[in-house]
Amino acid sequence: MQLLINIIVLASIYALIACGYVLIYRVSRVLNLAHGELMMFGAYLVLACASLFAGHPIMALCAAVVLSVVTGALVYVFLMRKMTGEMVLAAILTTVALGILVRGVIVLVWSSQQQYPAQALGISNPTFTLPGDGHISFWSLVLVLTNLAAYGALFGFLRFGRWGMRMRAAGQNPLLAAQRGINLHGVYALAWSLSTLTGALAGILMALDSGVTGSMPVIALKAFPAALVGGLDSLGGALLGALIIAGAEVLLIYYVDPLLSDVVPFLVLVAMLIVRPWGLFGTREELDRV
Amino acid sequence: MFRPVPRASGYFRTDYAQDMALLQTRAERIGLAALVGVLVTLPFIATPFLLDLACQVFLASIGALSLMLLTGYAGQISLGHAGLIAAGAFTTGILTREINAPFWLTLPASALTGIVLGLVFGLPSLRLRGLYLAVSTLALHFIVIYLGGEYETKRGFSTGILIEKPSLGGFKLTDGRAWYFVLLIFAAATLLICINLLRSRSGRAWRAIHTRETVAEALGISISGYKLLAFVISSSMTSVAGCLFAYYRGFVSIEAFDLFLSIQYVAMIIIGGMGSLLGALLGATFVTIFPYAIEALLKLLPNVQKLAGDIFAVNYASFGVVMILFLVLEPLGLVGIWRRIQNYFLLWPFKYKPLASMRK
Repeated sequence: MQLLINIIVLASIYALIACGYVLIYRVSRVLNLAHGELMMFGAYLVLACASLFAGHPIMALCAAVVLSVVTGALVYVFLMRKMTGEMVLAAILTTVALGILVRGVIVLVWSSQQQYPAQALGISNPTFTLPGDGHISFWSLVLVLTNLAAYGALFGFLRFGRWGMRMRAAGQNPLLAAQRGINLHGVYALAWSLSTLTGALAGILMALDSGVTGSMPVIALKAFPAALVGGLDSLGGALLGALIIAGAEVLLIYYVDPLLSDVVPFLVLVAMLIVRPWGLFGTREELDRV
Repeated sequence: MFRPVPRASGYFRTDYAQDMALLQTRAERIGLAALVGVLVTLPFIATPFLLDLACQVFLASIGALSLMLLTGYAGQISLGHAGLIAAGAFTTGILTREINAPFWLTLPASALTGIVLGLVFGLPSLRLRGLYLAVSTLALHFIVIYLGGEYETKRGFSTGILIEKPSLGGFKLTDGRAWYFVLLIFAAATLLICINLLRSRSGRAWRAIHTRETVAEALGISISGYKLLAFVISSSMTSVAGCLFAYYRGFVSIEAFDLFLSIQYVAMIIIGGMGSLLGALLGATFVTIFPYAIEALLKLLPNVQKLAGDIFAVNYASFGVVMILFLVLEPLGLVGIWRRIQNYFLLWPFKYKPLASMRK
């Protein structure tokens, strides 16, 4: 039972992070390797907001979420906008460089020691006991629910929303989309801010659950295989991919070797790249487009 | 390809021997002689710190040149370069630790590891391109690092493996000056290998594959063969760099080969300038010296004590900024700047080449 809960919580973490990769990739074919750092930035924003809105934890959390959305949009407007239409490698490396920059700034401002935003906000993290003798902490539960809500909202938005439709159009064929009067820069900026939003949500909830250190981006790197296993351009795939990766990781750690933790997602990734590189639900043509 | 001295007027070759010569004009010969002179006298006047810096530059150059071969010329993106360096270093570490192997055994063994890993890293490239290939090399990097870490913990070297300085023919390499020359020779040899590879059949095949795979295949180039060849050659040279690194440091630990090192190598070829061996050298020099330059600059500021703990973070952040600036403002890298300076003097007092005689 505990194993199952662990898998579900880890899968939610991976899924919530992976949908950020998928959103940006699907719309603009850019792989955002700074996702982990932006996620960590969201978590540290909670710390900053906690001191700003002392005594109002809800206010502080909302402010941090809003700020991270703004961060995502700013990243696009000031940096990635210039890389639109550039070589794939150049765009990826720009995100890598951005990640390095963000990480350096975070260490400069907040130091690299472990910090606990939950304490700063003055909120507790009670543990619930579920039937079958499983334990789950409050914030992990919130994370699982947030993940489900986020995926539901994203599905609805992409399917029925006006901007969601524009995003899908831009992803399918940017040139035609632009010709039909879709504001590509607007769509890309929206994708970046949505992606940063989901990433930051994951970062914030993880930080509330177990604190935040400078090594948080590693988790996001491990979530990337989840996005790819499901198919980089498929949102539903990311959910399933996260389940597969999390399941493999938890079970292998439990039954084989704890040291495997960092490498399991990448083993699954390599296996997937050999068997079906476009992912479970991805489109096959994807491979030739990049 | 690697023309340090520009030619203002037309220089015409009249036979194949001239065409094949590495040094074609007197200016080039004089330039090379001067460079060799400077490089040979440098260790006798430099401080130990500068000597160490030069050695690091040479080591980085080997890695950057081999990555340039793979990414800059053959067009195969690799984010797993640190994994290959780690493989070479660990092969050396394990062999010296387990069977007390000498230098002349560990070096070829590292190259062999590189060849095998090159095949492994290269196999995905037969099916994948661009971003997907980058991701697969990234994954392989983590797997290599995991294997190294596993060895460290299982054998009880959890802090790292100590390696004795090697001896060459009864002469122990402990002196910084001796190391300088060894690394210089290795770097120069790598450069020579790269130059010769690139102006032969394989180099032309790589460039054709880089430009357009379909056309290259139609021309009769074996795509899979040459892709694998690029990976194998590049990674064996990288592993040799790893072996030298292990001996030079006298210590191997898995922490030294994290993803950041891969990124640094990619940064070297980006900052230096894609598709140019000179760029790889310039980039390796720039990226290696960069943290020391930042540190020196920080020391000039007031309140040094307060900043002392943050030097690492400042380094990190400014490295990110420099990388972004190069990617956005100067995609051709340092070589691009260098060419522009050359052209300015070559064309002076004009600004642009006349269209009719446009040639690269």
